[in-house]
Amino acid sequence: MFQDRYDLAFRLYPYARAADQDAPTPVRHPVVVVGGGPIGLAMALDLGRQGVPVVVLDDHEGIGQGSRAICFAKRTLEIADRYGCGGPMRDKGVVWNLGKVFRDDRKVYEFNLLPEDGHRNPAFINLQQPYFEKFLFEQIQAEQAAGAPIQVRGRNRVEAITPAEDHVTLDIETPDGPYRLQADWLIACDGASSPLRSMMGLDFEGRVFKDSFLIADIRMTDSTFPTERWFWFEPWFKSGASTLLHKQPDDIWRVDFQIGWDVDRAEELKETNIRARLDAMLGPEVDYELVWSSIYTFQCRRMRNFRHGRVIFAGDSAHQVSPFGARGANSGMQDVDNLGWKLGLVLSGQAPDRLLDSYNEERTHGADENIRHSTRSTDFITPKTRVSQIFRDAVLDLAEEYEFARPIVNSGRLSVPCTYDGLSLNGPDALPGGPSRSRPGSACPDAPLGGGYLLDRLGGGFTLMTLDAEAPEAVTEDGVTASRLALSAADDPTGALAARYLGTAASGVYLVRPDQHVAARWDRYDETAVRAALRTACAKD
Amino acid sequence: MARLDTSSHFEAPDEFYAGLIAAQDGLSDEACLAFCARLILLLANHVGDREVLDEALAIARAGADQN
Repeated sequence: MFQDRYDLAFRLYPYARAADQDAPTPVRHPVVVVGGGPIGLAMALDLGRQGVPVVVLDDHEGIGQGSRAICFAKRTLEIADRYGCGGPMRDKGVVWNLGKVFRDDRKVYEFNLLPEDGHRNPAFINLQQPYFEKFLFEQIQAEQAAGAPIQVRGRNRVEAITPAEDHVTLDIETPDGPYRLQADWLIACDGASSPLRSMMGLDFEGRVFKDSFLIADIRMTDSTFPTERWFWFEPWFKSGASTLLHKQPDDIWRVDFQIGWDVDRAEELKETNIRARLDAMLGPEVDYELVWSSIYTFQCRRMRNFRHGRVIFAGDSAHQVSPFGARGANSGMQDVDNLGWKLGLVLSGQAPDRLLDSYNEERTHGADENIRHSTRSTDFITPKTRVSQIFRDAVLDLAEEYEFARPIVNSGRLSVPCTYDGLSLNGPDALPGGPSRSRPGSACPDAPLGGGYLLDRLGGGFTLMTLDAEAPEAVTEDGVTASRLALSAADDPTGALAARYLGTAASGVYLVRPDQHVAARWDRYDETAVRAALRTACAKD
Repeated sequence: MARLDTSSHFEAPDEFYAGLIAAQDGLSDEACLAFCARLILLLANHVGDREVLDEALAIARAGADQN
């Protein structure tokens, strides 16, 4: 009855009979999350930390094997810091900033992702997905111990759902037989092939790319490769039309070969054939152990709507991109970051139901941005027509010698947080001279602050951040409070705080959302304006 | 508002044209296409302005759609 779809890296939540299974009528929960992957676990953390009771259902008993996602972006680490588990990720992860692009045996381009100081987090860490999930789960356990109402139920497979006006009924299969639950809100974090999406008969439209990629994760202890992202177009060692090499913790290296569309998967996945490609690349004298391998093809697509009444989709179930750019798990974390506080306010009656429509508005905007970048990278890496191949090659030709062509070279535009420009929760941008990077809709840029960092002081609730400006300690509008964080440009002698939030202005007042995005900003405190912006940010006007 | 300048700028149009043809002399069709692609990229970067380039792309495309 329970056929595992994959082997486990960590068995974390073995099946245990829940009291709900013995209830005579289905027990109703405020939130049920389906899927215990990174996005489902993060969703549970976000809600549980707010005190919102949440039940996670997963059809396995832990985390699947295989490194899969490996690049976790700065914004993801900032979100993890807000949840309390950024530290272990940073400690375990491999920090990298430098990417190099080669053609044949020549370097054509290199980029440094974070040439700016004053951020707690690096541009990226590489970390095998099972570790990322394990750190989230350990944080869930820590929150549970502190009383957070989070339950994670292994071997609970959703067989059917019945959406109603104000709840959803779930039919769940377990090793002890079936039972039913009801949820005020159901969050579908069940991955790219989302069974819930299929059960509801919902669309998932987009483009299929006609190429396949062979991933090999290898353990290599005496490697001379540096901790950088190396990407080859038409590599001299001929192991693929393109190749990516990237370091992970535990002396593991990710190698990714582009091997064409019409391939015999079983044949290509034979160890001797994988080794032939690796030996050509690394040289016959290099010793390595093959740890994990897989072949993937990919698509760029999304659901038209992420919200369907009381069912809300987050992560890969809602959108899927190519891996170039690390925009899969990282965008899913931004979904959770966006949805968590909104759901919290709606459940507590502090905001209307339509606040959740802004989740759809903001995150489809994010998904479109990710799909656009991902599609462009893919078109560059795997040109579709003879003429686009000719232009791609012309760019690479010129990039070796001429600076102008290098920024066109696209081996993946790496994930940065989405700015919700022009969307409906934004209030006014009334800070003349204020920097563009912290305009309404932006994720707050980090800055050093008295031995710590600014982002540690933001988020969770609404914040009224003042920079050399007066304001009351708190403003409460229709049940929602914004608490003041009083700062001065002088608090950061490096000048980064002023550069990132004041620009040429002498003072500033920012209304910051619980997800650390800027809702509105002014040059001084104006009670009427702040109250109006707080209403707008909660979808009340 | 049109910004692409389509008035004549060549001091010696025949010289330019002869140079353009001579630069591809003896190239295979494949090599010639690569030559054209490099030339387009070099000149497009020199122009830089997105609106001007978009206009040039639209005029070039209209020519293709008429043929």
